[in-house]
Amino acid sequence: MELHQLTIHELQELLSRKETSALEITQAIFSRIHAVDKQVRAFITLTEEEALAKAREIDNQGEYGRIAGIPLGLKDIFCTRGVKTTCASRILENFVPTYDSTAAGKLFADKGILAGKLNMDEFAMGSSTEQSAFFSTCNPWDFTRVPGGSSGGSAAAVAADEVPFALGTDTGGSIRQPASFCGVVGLKPTYGRVSRWGVIAYASSLDQVGTFAKDVRDCALVMNIISGKDPLDSTSVDLPVPDYSASLDGNVKGMKIAYPREYFQPGIDSQVQEAIKKALIKYEEMGAIVDEVSLPHSEYALPAYYLVATAEASANLARYDGVRYGLRDFEAANVIDMFSRSRAEGFGEEVKRRIMLGSYALSSGYYDAYYLKALKVRRLIADDFSKVFAKFDLIVSPTAPTVAFKIGEQIGDPLTLYMNDILTVPINMAGLPAMSIPCGFHEGMPVGMQLVGPAFGESTLFKAAFAFEQNTDFHTFRPALEVK
Amino acid sequence: MSKDYEVVIGLEVHAELKTKSKIFCACSTAFGAEPNTQVCPVCSGFPGMLPVLNEKAVDCAIKTGLALNSEIAEFCKFDRKNYFYPDLPKAYQISQYDLPICKGGYLDIDVEGERTRVGITRAHLEEDAGKLVHQGDITTTPFSLVDLNRSGVPLLEIVSEPDMRSAQQARAYMEKLRSILLFADVSDCKMEEGSLRCDANVSVRPWGEQKLGTRTEIKNLNSFRALERAIEYEAKRQMEALEDGEVIVQETRTWDEGKGVTRSMRSKEEAHDYRYFPEPDLPPLRIDRDWVDTVRKSMPEMPVQAGQRLMDQYGLSQYDADLITQSPQNLKFFDETLALYADAKAVSNWMMGDLTRLLNQNGMEIQDAKVKPALLAEMLRLMADGTISGKMAKTVFEEMFVSGLDPQTIIKEKGLVQISDANSLLPLIDEIINNNPKVLQDYKNGKEKAFGFFIGQIMKATKGQANPEMVNNLLKERLNRE
Repeated sequence: MELHQLTIHELQELLSRKETSALEITQAIFSRIHAVDKQVRAFITLTEEEALAKAREIDNQGEYGRIAGIPLGLKDIFCTRGVKTTCASRILENFVPTYDSTAAGKLFADKGILAGKLNMDEFAMGSSTEQSAFFSTCNPWDFTRVPGGSSGGSAAAVAADEVPFALGTDTGGSIRQPASFCGVVGLKPTYGRVSRWGVIAYASSLDQVGTFAKDVRDCALVMNIISGKDPLDSTSVDLPVPDYSASLDGNVKGMKIAYPREYFQPGIDSQVQEAIKKALIKYEEMGAIVDEVSLPHSEYALPAYYLVATAEASANLARYDGVRYGLRDFEAANVIDMFSRSRAEGFGEEVKRRIMLGSYALSSGYYDAYYLKALKVRRLIADDFSKVFAKFDLIVSPTAPTVAFKIGEQIGDPLTLYMNDILTVPINMAGLPAMSIPCGFHEGMPVGMQLVGPAFGESTLFKAAFAFEQNTDFHTFRPALEVK
Repeated sequence: MSKDYEVVIGLEVHAELKTKSKIFCACSTAFGAEPNTQVCPVCSGFPGMLPVLNEKAVDCAIKTGLALNSEIAEFCKFDRKNYFYPDLPKAYQISQYDLPICKGGYLDIDVEGERTRVGITRAHLEEDAGKLVHQGDITTTPFSLVDLNRSGVPLLEIVSEPDMRSAQQARAYMEKLRSILLFADVSDCKMEEGSLRCDANVSVRPWGEQKLGTRTEIKNLNSFRALERAIEYEAKRQMEALEDGEVIVQETRTWDEGKGVTRSMRSKEEAHDYRYFPEPDLPPLRIDRDWVDTVRKSMPEMPVQAGQRLMDQYGLSQYDADLITQSPQNLKFFDETLALYADAKAVSNWMMGDLTRLLNQNGMEIQDAKVKPALLAEMLRLMADGTISGKMAKTVFEEMFVSGLDPQTIIKEKGLVQISDANSLLPLIDEIINNNPKVLQDYKNGKEKAFGFFIGQIMKATKGQANPEMVNNLLKERLNRE
């Protein structure tokens, strides 16, 4: 195995035995990036010089901690001090923050090394990374396919061995769906588990920071670092952070696993369903108790999500007005014209579509029928999950209805594209933790299994995911990139 | 104002709360700093920034609510009020829409001896916006600059019921509210610095009519005087319009101080749809009763209680008590003077008379005056023991106001000592009577003027330093013996 192929914990071991250095690892990572990213196109910005300097500094100090000396990627939605943060939008194309987001700052404090900023759908609005204002990212398993989205760059970079791990954000499935499409591990923690401070907001009540990794152990390790209350984020929750690595015992004996019948419907590819059913059998073999349940309000989750999310987005994105930072139109005749023209030039089609949807849903006379109704549906969805978790430890389903689709296949049809989120959105609406792990292949493309836990039940997810990983080899497959 | 119409007024008052830092970030709230020196990524709306509620702002709101007899909500929340303007960095203002922190309440005002209870609808917390600096006039300026120092300063918006019926009542409400905010120590209430602002909703209706007339909202009321004048103007305008058969349009109007008129700003149709919705970045605010009790225990004496004390203890009138309790500094001055000189009526008269006049003339606050309670008390004592006359006291007071010197020194320097010694006055009286036999004859013939002539002569001879009361008595006695 080469350095760039290794996991965090494997690199850590080499570092602690002094068999490699942060510099060697960082150099290996950048030579991999230079070799493959022309095709994968995961990165918007590379921070090679700074990364190499940091690596040398860490080697000089000679102490390696949890992720010290390990390169990482950040979705370009995380503000990074002195490093351009674009959110894959023209409107922030030249925006350089003066601050590090809390999650990124924690990784840096632990001596993680930033390799670069990763592509995404503009303002995290999309499910294919084709909505990036700059370029599309390709799925490393098949360059003609999308990596999923919105954190497509993060998923693709990890899958292509360009970084050992990367952070993403998940508002309606933006970590889990690309993890599924790219065959890596992706976790969206409980709402409030990880600080959102310094993460550019899409839909504040749904956005949550999470991580992509090559295996479950790495995922737990990163979560140990980034989790916890942040005094700067009033919605982060002040609950103790357990040692997630401690839950990796491989034992699911007696664990009660539910699979909701609403998540195994005709709209979901039968081969994808098949892969999940096989995984459930595997869990039974390992001693878990598996049973079917119902989440009766599931069908309303997607429309309710697109009201709540777009409503919040319409306000969150209003600050991009050209006054203080970001793109400004200088031809405008007056200030209102400047707002309009700056925003017309700066935002892409999908972003404009969602701002308009959200503004409409909040408008006087429509608020009760749309936004308020959606909030009520949200409560019902959360109640559905609570009822199941009163009896079960875990819910299992497919992550996405299909494997990765072709680039350009769905781009002209927003509604079809929105359907990608149908299995992931309810979990954001309920604020629960969920994970996607590789569980099979179809058409040569990875299939992801979604594990959903009760609020702050990340340990249960890690336990179950790790047990599955120990008894299967799906996580060991890597795309055979034809490096040109 | 009119015999045919009744004026109906409700006020929306914005008070900047006196916290050290802003409502959602740690930036200073100090007034008058260089533009954009009290800003951070949070209050300038940078990407990814989140608000954290300042607990002190909540304390201030609870205090005010208690002083206004409001119910402090156990559960309230924040909402986003969406609109685009260059001084509003996030393009939404974090405010409170349907669940404000204070609900209901009232305050009593006294105008021309009549007490009126004005209902408080609600009071809610919100953040202030920044401000725009234009090159001259807003319509011709080549560009505008944005100063965000004020962005995120905590505001409490206090909304009254439409319970006022005259501009005088509106002014009295505003003055009473100001004194409450000052006593509660929650706001500086400087209208000229914008830390206390007011919008007035005004409508008129025929006497006896129950239904409210169409209202207009007047903005840009920067002083008590502007408030009073604008309401008077607007009420008259509406009455005249109705008399002419016109219909009042619901609209927002602005007060033009220079021209003394209100002008239309925007109609109801042009009004913003603010698209309020719950602020997802802040969890709902739960205020447990212990918190309220803690604040209640920390409450200082409020103007209503202080005023009652002045009336009960010292027999002051409601009018005097209201004036003295206009601000805590006023009351402090009164209490301190009274501790040294126990004639409440005299202290109150001098404070409300000469002191207030001189403060207003010089645009000063009572706490900045050189005249201190000890000086006023000493002057009053010298007046009472006859050392100086009331007229001299006026001179002494003006001098104290300017120099801050003690009255004894001023009297000495100006030679102001009053002659209250009968032995030195009697020979003078004799001399003047003897020199004016004709006037004496007039007096004997019953001419009242003659008495005044003698007084005048005596005062003239003593350069006004003779004790007038003593001169009066001595002269009477002397003349009766003729």
